[in-house]
Amino acid sequence: MDDYDVVVVGGGPAGTSTARWAAENGARVLVVEKRQEIGSPVRCGEGISRSWLDSVDLKLDSRSVAWEVKGAKIVSPNGTPFYLSENMAGNEVGLVLDRVFFDKLLAKNAAKAGADIMLKTSALGLIMENGKVAGVRIRSFGETKEVRCGCVVGADGFESQVGRWAGLDTALAPKDVTTCLQYRLTNIEQEHEYCQFFLGSVAPGGYVWVFPKDEDTANVGLGVQLSRLREPAEVKGYLDRFIESKPWLKRGSPLEIVSGAVSVCAPLERTVADGVLLVGDSARQIDPITGGGISNSCRAGRVAGEVLAKATEKRDFSAKSMQAYEDGWRDILEDHLYRNWMAKEKLVTLSDETFDKVIETLNEVGVESMSTFAILKAVEKRHPDLVKEFQELL
Amino acid sequence: MDPLDRLEVDIARCLHCGACVGSCPSNAVFLNEVLLEFNDACTLCKRCTKVCPVGAISLVGGD
Repeated sequence: MDDYDVVVVGGGPAGTSTARWAAENGARVLVVEKRQEIGSPVRCGEGISRSWLDSVDLKLDSRSVAWEVKGAKIVSPNGTPFYLSENMAGNEVGLVLDRVFFDKLLAKNAAKAGADIMLKTSALGLIMENGKVAGVRIRSFGETKEVRCGCVVGADGFESQVGRWAGLDTALAPKDVTTCLQYRLTNIEQEHEYCQFFLGSVAPGGYVWVFPKDEDTANVGLGVQLSRLREPAEVKGYLDRFIESKPWLKRGSPLEIVSGAVSVCAPLERTVADGVLLVGDSARQIDPITGGGISNSCRAGRVAGEVLAKATEKRDFSAKSMQAYEDGWRDILEDHLYRNWMAKEKLVTLSDETFDKVIETLNEVGVESMSTFAILKAVEKRHPDLVKEFQELL
Repeated sequence: MDPLDRLEVDIARCLHCGACVGSCPSNAVFLNEVLLEFNDACTLCKRCTKVCPVGAISLVGGD
């Protein structure tokens, strides 16, 4: 008999969500995490909404939430703000998390459901027998071991190896990668009731975010499209120049430096193979406009876990058996991801002058919601010329 | 290209974030917890030198 039904590689939100729902529905699950602590080091801006929490039956504890905001403030290159209330701002604002605690909360839920967790344990490769996945080789505290299982779940984030081992195409073009750097700055003067987004050439092909962690502390970071970068450390240059240009930020002191990259690509062709399933960043389930992935990871993780539990009952972890995951996550996420990727492809081409006009227009006509569609519709009323490029989205 | 050219990691800058790992088209860089390792699949395309937010990776000549 196998050691486990499912081994999940990666102890982030996607992995522990998958583990929770699989274990809760009867699968024997192991989560392996290469670092020594769940939730640390943080690689995240930490801004999210509340709207999706019920759909994954998640109740946040007080420590998981660092700060609550009224909404989003979007700032055009010429400095004009546009304010959006929380119920209009879509999936990315409302709460600023403390990921160190949030990730542990998700891991606790997985453990409570019956999943095992191993820290300081890396996955080294798939064990193949007769052309089929029979388990995963791991290194735990320096010791190499084999764990036999029916399915290996790649919840191994942007760096994903599991998908590559299984021959799933997760390769990214430079235009579909955003590279990010963030400082947690304290002793700043900010509008602490809003998550702020700065558009335009301050962050080519991306944006600058300022997400409050408390009254005078915020995650101040940016992402730049990889295809726009030529020289080493350019991203750090953009962030340092932005902070230096803002009197309310420049006297701040850093408490933490966070770096990383996110995918901003179109949905993958395949996220399951025989004995392998991908979820979260490794499945490129990131919103291509915001770069946010927590809610999508938790939602796709629920689908993955439920499908894996069924596959466990059937003792069938073939791609065919797990097609319900492929279909299930696409039902709830794919249309949105695809539209936002199309919109991103256009947004990255806009000049500062165009962003200025868009924000000016939004202030004049207002928007009903923070969806790409609603914004384009609003802009179309005054400046049909500005959105003609986006016609296929309207 | 010089056969002795290679990519070098400045561990004093590296934040072990894995941006280079996920962007590598050849899967030639691996983050062994906090240690970046390149393997022979590296084609010296230098994508990792650009994606690294803090400039921790650079191409060094064999000479």
